[in-house]
Amino acid sequence: MNPLALLGDYTIQTVAIGAALLGAVGGVLGTFAVLRRQSLLGDTLSHAALPGICLGYLWAGARQLESLLAGAFLTGALAAVTVLVIVGRSRLKTDAALGVVLSVFFAVGVVLLTRIQQTGGAGQAGLSSFLFGQAAAMLRGDVVVMGSLAGAALLLVTAFWKEFKLVTFDRDFAAAAGLPVAALDLALTVMIALAIVVGLQLVGVVLMTAMIVAPAVAARQWTHRLEATVLLAAGFGIVAGVSGAVTSAAAAGLATGPVIVLAISAIVLVSLLLAPGRGIVWTALAARAERRRLRGRQVLLTLYRLAKEHHDPAYPAEKGTLDAYHGTETAGVLGRLEAEGLVRPVSHPPEPTPHWKLTSKGRERAEDLASSGEERR
Amino acid sequence: MTGWREPVRSPEEPALHEPGLALHVEDLTVSYGGAPVLWDIDLDIPKGVMAAIVGPNGAGKSTLIKSVLGLVRPVAGHVRIFGLRYREARRRVGYVPQRSSVDWDFPVTALDVVMMGLYGRLGWFRRPGRRARAEAMAALAQVGMEDYASRQISQLSGGQQQRVFIARALVQQADIYFLDEPMAGVDATTERAIVAILHRLRDAGKTVVVVHHDLQTVRSYFDWLVLLNVRIIAQGAVPETYTAENLRRAYGGQIALLDQQEAPLVEPVPEPEPKPTDPHHLEAGQS
Repeated sequence: MNPLALLGDYTIQTVAIGAALLGAVGGVLGTFAVLRRQSLLGDTLSHAALPGICLGYLWAGARQLESLLAGAFLTGALAAVTVLVIVGRSRLKTDAALGVVLSVFFAVGVVLLTRIQQTGGAGQAGLSSFLFGQAAAMLRGDVVVMGSLAGAALLLVTAFWKEFKLVTFDRDFAAAAGLPVAALDLALTVMIALAIVVGLQLVGVVLMTAMIVAPAVAARQWTHRLEATVLLAAGFGIVAGVSGAVTSAAAAGLATGPVIVLAISAIVLVSLLLAPGRGIVWTALAARAERRRLRGRQVLLTLYRLAKEHHDPAYPAEKGTLDAYHGTETAGVLGRLEAEGLVRPVSHPPEPTPHWKLTSKGRERAEDLASSGEERR
Repeated sequence: MTGWREPVRSPEEPALHEPGLALHVEDLTVSYGGAPVLWDIDLDIPKGVMAAIVGPNGAGKSTLIKSVLGLVRPVAGHVRIFGLRYREARRRVGYVPQRSSVDWDFPVTALDVVMMGLYGRLGWFRRPGRRARAEAMAALAQVGMEDYASRQISQLSGGQQQRVFIARALVQQADIYFLDEPMAGVDATTERAIVAILHRLRDAGKTVVVVHHDLQTVRSYFDWLVLLNVRIIAQGAVPETYTAENLRRAYGGQIALLDQQEAPLVEPVPEPEPKPTDPHHLEAGQS
């Protein structure tokens, strides 16, 4: 089916809008989480949301989104505070504290979930969908809830932009300049928890961290400005959300949440490989070019020194000498230097082996290199 | 102008305490849970000097600056800057943290970083505008970095990064500057440039306090010296304070090595017992 026609479908529209909201808020707050080296915090918060969802269900007595999300937010926040307390009061490092809190809260969540499922009750079946998300269960009203949460978080980020930027980059300087750094830390953590709550229904607690970490990681590859990173992360999140929603709708039987995560993962993969300046392929190519340039300069200098030692500017050096001196085959380097007009192959009878000498242009270049090298020393 | 934290002064307290001094520290003790990192520090730095805080590794030099700036909560003691509490004097203080304390891969340009020095004066909800930009550019020019304004900070050399940090402190237009190891890991040219900037500040009547690691340059760069090794070993004008006896007391057995212009090879054994963990290490774990 035509994907654009799919977007006309009311249910798919609902899911796509929800996914776009999630992508945007996850991208924006995820950028801060990743730059603050708190990627794992998102994972802990989302797993810790599960017991909250169950408690919310028990409290409301039904599968009512507002109370489920309120519960999720509360236990998520409790988990975050627990991590802070553990790190502050014990010798555990942050990663260990995050791991401990994640497993404890998630285990409690699973215990509560299985308990609720066994005791039965109307509508409890939908509860386990929070593990991996269930797009089909989403209603227009849910999108309104998600939208207001996302809107509130984005509004706060805009209002306190420079404060969040400074406290993320240089906490000590921010504190010395009079910023209430503890309150700003708390605000950012709370907003990351909000972003997670926004995505729970769609992506589920297990995969939710991907929507926080992945857009930011991808966006960071393409730009050197925080403003651009945040906007790009939001854009990547939206694209992945909508395309994931539409793809899973087009191919029956594909779960929406995981498809969205796969979509953002594809964006991450492309960014990690290809982004100019930072991508793996890009840096590998740049490193190879640099290696070649360096090798070329070295061979040029060797020819220059040999000529100098023999008091003959046009001294023909045997290729075997060059190979031996550099400990490697120099044919490729010599070929490239010849293409630049810096060296020329010559025969040097009676020796049958290939010889090379500097052209006048090559000699000038080598003299420049030699003198700049001395300056540096 | 609305600042981030307006000074609060309770009426029953005396407003000023030692206002004639740029920095006054009394009975300051700091501990990260184990043995004290700073022990009973009494310190006075007069206005308008360029002061070096010098001592062996683990002497608590950075911690001293951080406690003065309220970044580390002391166990005991108090600090006054121009007679005021730090919170009240904050607008008159410029700070250059250790270069290694931030992530230089952070997506900001050199100009962005310098503008951060203006955030405190801007206060809540106000964005830096054209005037802030011009001020930041002027500060970059002062440190000879105007051509690098739009460079991402990871593309700068260590010395250039340090100069950007100093430019950020310059836009704070402070009366007293605290710099944590500004000459660490920079080339000789940058070091000369940094010292020239700091001397200009001092000649303009500012007070400059520098955590410094190179004993050889103390006499040529500084006019005031604080020798620290958990306790204050000596403090005063450089000619009277920079003596072999004082250095020996600060560095213990390492002074022989230092005479040969070598870096200390052995960890110093300060009194009281050295703490089990490096303070920076601990802080990193807490943040």
